[in-house]
Amino acid sequence: MFSNPDLLHFIFGRLSLDSLPFHEPILVVTFAAVVLGGIAVLGGITYFRLWGYLWKEWITSIDHKKIGIMYIILALIMLLRGFSDAIMMRAQQAMAFGGSEGFLPPDHYDQIFTAHGVIMIFFVAMPLVTGLMNFVVPLQIGARDVAFPFLNNFSFWMTTSGAVLIMVSLFVGEFAKTGWLAYPPLSDIVYSPGVGVDYYIWALQIAGVGTLLSGVNLVVTIVKMRAPGMSMMKMPVFTWTALCTNVLIVAAFPVLTAVLVLLGLDRYADTNFFTNDLGGNAMMYINLIWIWGHPEVYILILPAFGVFSEVVSTFSRKRLFGYSSMVYATVVITILSYIVWLHHFFTMGSGASVNAFFGIATMIISIPTGAKIFNWMFTMYKGRISFDVPMLWTIGFMLTFVIGGMTGVMLAVPPADFVLHNSLFLIAHFHNVIIGGVVFGMFAGIVYWFPKAFGFKLDPFWGKMSFWLWLVGFYFAFMPLYVLGLMGITRRMSQFDDPSLQIWFVIAAFGALLIAGGIGSFILSIVVAVIKRDKLRDETGDPWGDGRTLEWSTSSPPPAYNFAFTPVVHDLDAWADMKKRGYVRPTEGFLDIHMPKNTGAGFILAALSLVLGFALVWHIWWLVIASFIALVVGAIAHTFNYDRDYHIPASEVVETEDERTALLAKQQA
Amino acid sequence: MKRMLSKLVRGVTVTSMFSLLAGCNLVVIDPSGDIASQQSDLIIVSTILMLLIIVPVMALTVFFAWKYRQGNKDAEYDPEWHHSTKLEVVIWSAPLVIIIALGAITWVTTHTLDPYRPLDRIDAERPLAKDHKPMVVEVVSLDWKWLFFYPEQGIATINELAAPIDTPIQFKITSSGIMNSFFIPALAGQIYSMAGMETKLHAVINEEGVYDGFSGNYSGEGFSHMRFKFHGLSEEGFEDWVSKVKSDENFLGRSEYLELEKPSIDEPIHYFSSVDPELYGAILNMCVDQSKMCMNEMMAIDENGGGGLAGIYNVMSLTYDVPRMRGSQPLPESKSYVATLCTTPEGGFAGDLNALPLFDRVQASDRAMSFAPSGVSTGF
Repeated sequence: MFSNPDLLHFIFGRLSLDSLPFHEPILVVTFAAVVLGGIAVLGGITYFRLWGYLWKEWITSIDHKKIGIMYIILALIMLLRGFSDAIMMRAQQAMAFGGSEGFLPPDHYDQIFTAHGVIMIFFVAMPLVTGLMNFVVPLQIGARDVAFPFLNNFSFWMTTSGAVLIMVSLFVGEFAKTGWLAYPPLSDIVYSPGVGVDYYIWALQIAGVGTLLSGVNLVVTIVKMRAPGMSMMKMPVFTWTALCTNVLIVAAFPVLTAVLVLLGLDRYADTNFFTNDLGGNAMMYINLIWIWGHPEVYILILPAFGVFSEVVSTFSRKRLFGYSSMVYATVVITILSYIVWLHHFFTMGSGASVNAFFGIATMIISIPTGAKIFNWMFTMYKGRISFDVPMLWTIGFMLTFVIGGMTGVMLAVPPADFVLHNSLFLIAHFHNVIIGGVVFGMFAGIVYWFPKAFGFKLDPFWGKMSFWLWLVGFYFAFMPLYVLGLMGITRRMSQFDDPSLQIWFVIAAFGALLIAGGIGSFILSIVVAVIKRDKLRDETGDPWGDGRTLEWSTSSPPPAYNFAFTPVVHDLDAWADMKKRGYVRPTEGFLDIHMPKNTGAGFILAALSLVLGFALVWHIWWLVIASFIALVVGAIAHTFNYDRDYHIPASEVVETEDERTALLAKQQA
Repeated sequence: MKRMLSKLVRGVTVTSMFSLLAGCNLVVIDPSGDIASQQSDLIIVSTILMLLIIVPVMALTVFFAWKYRQGNKDAEYDPEWHHSTKLEVVIWSAPLVIIIALGAITWVTTHTLDPYRPLDRIDAERPLAKDHKPMVVEVVSLDWKWLFFYPEQGIATINELAAPIDTPIQFKITSSGIMNSFFIPALAGQIYSMAGMETKLHAVINEEGVYDGFSGNYSGEGFSHMRFKFHGLSEEGFEDWVSKVKSDENFLGRSEYLELEKPSIDEPIHYFSSVDPELYGAILNMCVDQSKMCMNEMMAIDENGGGGLAGIYNVMSLTYDVPRMRGSQPLPESKSYVATLCTTPEGGFAGDLNALPLFDRVQASDRAMSFAPSGVSTGF
């Protein structure tokens, strides 16, 4: 029976034993490690009987705080994957000189740089940003949850399904060998007939649903659910940046979805949108993908700007300088980010006036960005700055980001771009802004809000180690790339002829090792903090002593309902204002609190989407049909679930709040 | 004046960078062609303009962070100070002024250094007449090598390019399939090569030497080896080089090209002493394989309103990325859906054309074109 090729093909589609990469020793070892690690984790969960706890408290949770935390855990796990790709690339480029092939053949190397880009943007930076917004925004605006709590859970699991599909491509089949934006014609079926690009398309489509829905969710949350008194111009800056970012997500991600649908049709249904055949044109793809892609970089950086604004004012113990110009700068960046996409391909042959328009539009963005930097600087002026870990990340950012901004404006001058485009100078530039901006910002944010989420601070020693290793590592890893770019070295090369270049790649590889130390130290700062949690405990709810926004007014970690009474806001920096006016925490008069109920529907629908994606990648049509029907039926069935809410009884609220009253009293005594 | 200033600045920058970087070859900052040197000037000028604001920002950041540190109780502390209209004006206008300056430079240089614009000078001292005739080189990116045609010399080469110094060159650039980027950093900036389309680059090389050229845009497995040497030669040197290329009898026609087009990695240099003069046009219009309709013909048909329903009967002659050329990688067996919808059975349409609805609207000449049996010439 198993010798019948038609039947096998029907059951497994393109999938066969040959799809498993037994011939790649690196992958076999990784696979063995993952399997062993996986068995250990699953065994541990079973041994400690944690399955029920995980299912009830986390997997099905619609609590925005837990979902935020899960997003960040996902991002940190994927960071390890994306970073091991980075280390392999740095090692390969440091070795492959003078006829040596290095240890990665082009076939493997090309998958690695594609995976590195895709994972770092979609499954590290995006979940970090979304996770932080999810956790912080409802707390900052005095809300009890997001507007659509179930959707939030569903979004998270869709993002995770996308990440899982990418991870599957590591061991089953291959990943795309096209670069992280999969430009056609290279990504067309003629030039990439394998499953790699299909993995790319479906992983991003599935995760994209999650991103888009969470964008809608947060926009509605911020617009509709602010505490009474919190007008738009009294919103914390982080919430403002979150609003702008989610508006960008809602406007930009459908473009990505559409362009990937078209590419998918070219690959699956023989259409000719982007092919060389029958009048198709790849330039349309390149335009469309960047119409999503450029707003995407602002989707990532704006929340980081928000974090820096919160951190710099908290640790300078001072109001933020120029709040309204900060807000206007954010809005201006949001709008301008839509009219600069063409600067990613000045070299595609547009006319001089078109290129000049997009070049100048790009430069104009540096004006509000520059204003922001000045505002942070003048927030420090006449402050009392303590150099806690989040503040270190912020100062590191201010010094590093301006260099990236400068090289960015250089790349925005079209004739200069003609010689710098696609070179290692470009690579150095965008790592300079993404690491120096987004990554530093997200680390600052995680360290800053960690005590809010878990009730104890991260270990400061390992936090500082992490900062210094990242900062120094960044300069070692990417300054040589600027130099190499000026030497005319292009990106995505797997081997080199000129031996005089090798020293620069060796320095860059050394920098990558320092960054590895930075990542390790960060993980250590969590581990050590868990061990020493009693020493690092925060019982006040305001661990930095000078919290200014509403999230610091509740306990750490906050109760499921966040605020027993919805706070009333009178001023910007509501909590600082409340403290100044001698706010007294209410200790009685509690009512039942209406809350949404957990549901497993999001997890199940996302798991079905994962199956659907896998089946589509491998052309297993019966499974495509089955999982698609299950997905639709499941989604409809969920709409008939009317058991969606419950009340936390007043007695339970009283109990929780009394505990906190006792704790606070003990603090003061 | 600006020129002198930028030259001076460039001299200083290059010298200091050189001492700093212990003699590595920063070809982008110190190139050998006039276009690339103007681009390098631009990099330097824009860097300096931006350093005007970035250096003070970095210095002030460090200074404020140090001065207002918690331990320094002498420093003034004003937790409520958060607004100053005067400062806000400075904060917004300082970057604005710099961007106005840089924007103006950008507008002008984007036009003067537009790769499509014919050159107006050989270098800063030697202007060119408006009606000068540049030397033409036709460039095709193949998987994974470069094919250069010299129509005036009637020769072609693979993976080697040469040109006399101080002679304006016009590159016409296209691709056999995948998008690449034609880039010789010492000569001028890059521009993409795309199938079925032609991009242009005007440049001049001012110093004799051997320079690196390569693809600046990732194009698949053999990308790392898609490199060639560009020889900047004296007039006599170039003539010698041409006769060297011509010395071996070696013809490049359609069938030779179809063989050459197959993917190969790390291809050695080839010389072709004579070339089918229609070949570049046929590559550009994707009809080297004579069973394919040329793009320019299709566009001519479309310009005349298309072929109506009849026009869809020969669409298979518009599929260019012929799978058999891709070598080892098989396509899915069946062309399905849309392509099937638009395809007639093998052998083409056999019925009475005039009986088809809408067909009588098509001009007879277009009809002849869209049903051309084989060997449509490109008209180039």
